[in-house]
Amino acid sequence: MVVSRRPLDRIVDWAITLFLIALAASTLLPLVHTLALSLSSKQAVAGGLVSLWPVGFNLFSYEYIIQDEKFWRAFGISLARVAVGGFTNFALTVLTAFPLSRSAQAFPGRNVFMWLMVAGMILNVGVVPWYLTISQYGLIDSFWALILPTALPIWNVVILMNFFRNLPKELDEAARIDGANPWQLLWHIYLPISLPALATVTLFSLVAHWNSFFDGLILMNNPDNYPLQTYIQQLVIAQRTVLQSGQAQLLGRLSNNTLNAAKLFIAMIPILIVYPFLQRYFIRGITLGAVKE
Amino acid sequence: MHRKSDTLAYYVMILPGLFLLVAFTFVPLFYSVIAFQKFNPARGIQNSPWVGFDNFLFLFRIQDAREVFANTLFIAIGKIGLLLIVAVVFALLLNEVRFAGPKRLIQTMVYLPHFLSWVILAGILRTLLAREGLLNDALALFGLKPIAFLGQPATFPWVIIFSDIWKEFGFEAIIYLAALTSIDPTLYEVAELDGASRLQKMLYVSLPGIAPTIVLVASLSIGNVLNANFDQIVNLYSPIVYSTGDVLDTYAYRVGLIQGQYSIGTTVGLLKTVVSLILIGVSYWVADRFANYRIF
Repeated sequence: MVVSRRPLDRIVDWAITLFLIALAASTLLPLVHTLALSLSSKQAVAGGLVSLWPVGFNLFSYEYIIQDEKFWRAFGISLARVAVGGFTNFALTVLTAFPLSRSAQAFPGRNVFMWLMVAGMILNVGVVPWYLTISQYGLIDSFWALILPTALPIWNVVILMNFFRNLPKELDEAARIDGANPWQLLWHIYLPISLPALATVTLFSLVAHWNSFFDGLILMNNPDNYPLQTYIQQLVIAQRTVLQSGQAQLLGRLSNNTLNAAKLFIAMIPILIVYPFLQRYFIRGITLGAVKE
Repeated sequence: MHRKSDTLAYYVMILPGLFLLVAFTFVPLFYSVIAFQKFNPARGIQNSPWVGFDNFLFLFRIQDAREVFANTLFIAIGKIGLLLIVAVVFALLLNEVRFAGPKRLIQTMVYLPHFLSWVILAGILRTLLAREGLLNDALALFGLKPIAFLGQPATFPWVIIFSDIWKEFGFEAIIYLAALTSIDPTLYEVAELDGASRLQKMLYVSLPGIAPTIVLVASLSIGNVLNANFDQIVNLYSPIVYSTGDVLDTYAYRVGLIQGQYSIGTTVGLLKTVVSLILIGVSYWVADRFANYRIF
């Protein structure tokens, strides 16, 4: 019996594997299609000839975008918000998670603060009062409007707090006996041994900053202040677009379709670059929050 | 041996986070009182007239609001249910793949869309699903007429549901894959000795093994049945499909911020918050009761 089942087993193995590879490839086809569109000629795109391989290969869209100041300004704003916002998220996550990982005896009020955090996480305020508050603070059209409202990622705080709580108590006691204060304990003991957890939550917040478009849309009145996702959203989705004048010969060879495809693809590149790191850490991140003593 | 200076250090550490929490979550919550006003931005909260529950009664009366509520439930529940099924089936199948290389490759491919923004994906989908887009070209090969996927009320909610599954099923499967690796291998060996086929092992060992995780995910999703995903819908919908595609969040945004009816928009948001709060309470109770799960 066992022997006769083996060849069938082999076939089933291959069938499942091939099916899943096809399924997985199909999740990527739309991305490949976009890349192909961005590299094809205007006529081929208009005629619907392009599927997964460029037709009438050219780089005109990319040549145009390289000279497009508005695109690069938005790209720069996005990079800046990823850097500043990512750092702010990191610092606040650590500074908030550490005291919350202490016992209520060591940190009186810990449970009250914890409940406030959880309340803040689940009380999802509507967009209107959120907007009114931020405009009341005078943050409209300010870069800080992209940073401060999301500066404290509570879910990351909870993940990191749970991680801290699961570290062996002996570490704590040893450092205490050596006379370390909480700052030294955090800086010399907790941070170094929590690097994988920190990498995970930080990567999540970097991606969130890069991908965010809505805050840029409602908190920036001047389109010059849009981050890249908002800029692309207005261009591709809301279709508020005027091709930049001045590059007449290039324009003749371009269409909005090829140009938009190229912009979408360029906006994906930073994610593709960090993707290997994401993949390495996010599995841990997903299980991290759930594991407790 | 808790020292006073230590306690002080903890307070200093938590202060910045607490300040931001108050400034950007609790203050806006206070601003929600304009749901009980006829708010006029020029006059501010202090001088705008109070109208009691008029805005709530108005919403309960109009057709739009009922439609929006039904759309939200339909789309959110459709996503939660189908995503769970697809992710579980995918995880079970992937668990059967014996070749390490292809297994990694498959995982690398299916997790990627999770990290791309809805702005980008909506841009891609709008081209792909257009009348002259790639998907309709493919349908034409089978002799089917082109379908305006995003342009008709009948198909729109399904595009939302399936595109969400397309983006998230791989990522959603991670938690099940983790659960599958922690199943005791001797269970499979025993099943094999008893002559269980591959399918039987999948159904009677693997599936029960991840059942607690499925229960956990399902109970935690109860809190999400009013979340249809703003980013996705706002970037894919258009006035033609409002009748089936407009959801609470998009409605609150359009009425409140674009049309400037601040009080009505806030009322929609407040109603959603209150109902969600109850649902989240229920979901955590269910998760604790049936899956032994607490977030902290």
